[in-house]
Amino acid sequence: MSQSYNRGLIEDFSRWREFSAGMWAWIFHKFTGWVLVGYLFTHIAVLSTALSGAAAYTNTIQALESLLVVRILEVGLLAVAVFHILNGLRLLFVDLGVGLEAQDKSFYASLILTGVIVVASVPTFLSGVSI
Amino acid sequence: MSTQVPESVEEESTTETASAGKQKRDAKKRERAERVQEQREAEAAEKARSADDTFHLKVFRYDPEVPEKQEPRFDDFHVPYKQGMTVLDALMWARDHYDSSLTFRHSCRQAICGSDALFVNGSQRLGCKTQLSDLSEPIRVEPLPHADVVKDLVVDMEHFYDQMESVEPYFQTNSLPDGELDEQRQTRENREKVKMSTRCIWCSACMSSCNIAAGDNEYLGPAAINKAYRFAMDEREGEDMKQRRLEILEQEHGVWRCQTQFSCTEVCPKDIPLTEHIQELKREAIKNNLKFW
Repeated sequence: MSQSYNRGLIEDFSRWREFSAGMWAWIFHKFTGWVLVGYLFTHIAVLSTALSGAAAYTNTIQALESLLVVRILEVGLLAVAVFHILNGLRLLFVDLGVGLEAQDKSFYASLILTGVIVVASVPTFLSGVSI
Repeated sequence: MSTQVPESVEEESTTETASAGKQKRDAKKRERAERVQEQREAEAAEKARSADDTFHLKVFRYDPEVPEKQEPRFDDFHVPYKQGMTVLDALMWARDHYDSSLTFRHSCRQAICGSDALFVNGSQRLGCKTQLSDLSEPIRVEPLPHADVVKDLVVDMEHFYDQMESVEPYFQTNSLPDGELDEQRQTRENREKVKMSTRCIWCSACMSSCNIAAGDNEYLGPAAINKAYRFAMDEREGEDMKQRRLEILEQEHGVWRCQTQFSCTEVCPKDIPLTEHIQELKREAIKNNLKFW
């Protein structure tokens, strides 16, 4: 319906400011899902380049881990994965019909919990890296 | 302020053949009409200025039949506030005092006819159920998103009604009571179960808010699924009928399209837990197809 008809001002992109919790949860879930799919393929591709022996594998990993940008990306990956897991649990409860009236609160809870876990992980991920 | 277009464009061609005297009279009539309109607007603006409190409304205007209104735009209306004034009241005031061509649907003004669902300040609400004092100014009033606009705030509801009809939204059963005069009784518990779902007023707010329905025209939509829930959960319909209803619902564009964004539940003016009902039907559909015995 909306595609076939130009409504001018009415369906512009600024509408995201009016989204509610459930919609944000859906968008973040989709986004993190695609990021995880992308990571999975990159992960397999990169490790496949280092299959010639134990030394090659260690070299590749050490080279990657010495880069600051890789460490920062790892923090990002953790954030994405943790949110996807927590929101996945939330969706599981939604599918079971448990606590649907608290669905917005559980979304905020999963956001906050993700934040806490990510912040707590930063020292571990960034230890021993030279800039 | 006014969107009333002087009717010169059409008339010029017809008056060519008319007598000079008629032309003159028409011109005079038009002039008078314009004067009256201007005066009315001036009075309205004066009234708005002198009121203690006015509300600023930005109202979506569009009319494919009038060349000047073919490009959608927003008109500003300043409406004097009265205690308890709703968005619908304000629109009616604007229509009566500023511009009689402002078009919107309304009927009962008490949130039961379901004809004045509007997009107010970024969410689907009933105009008659939304207090001006709850909104921040300027109040943007638009027609429901994801539906064709017919004129101003009026959208084409045909698709929504088609979806509602497709789930057979009426009671049907083939297990009638024995005696001819026996009533078809429903248990209190069962009535309680379907209670919320019976409150639907067919306003289409949920359908308009649904992201999935916007992208998939075949999706039944929250209102239709809720309607189906109301009858599928009604024990008086019997097992055969429930089977039939679930067959409609578990199709590709039925309950499985719902991605639990909760937009419909959020906007429903009658507070129907739509997502909950859709989820329950999903579970019913699975139970119906997974049988290990």
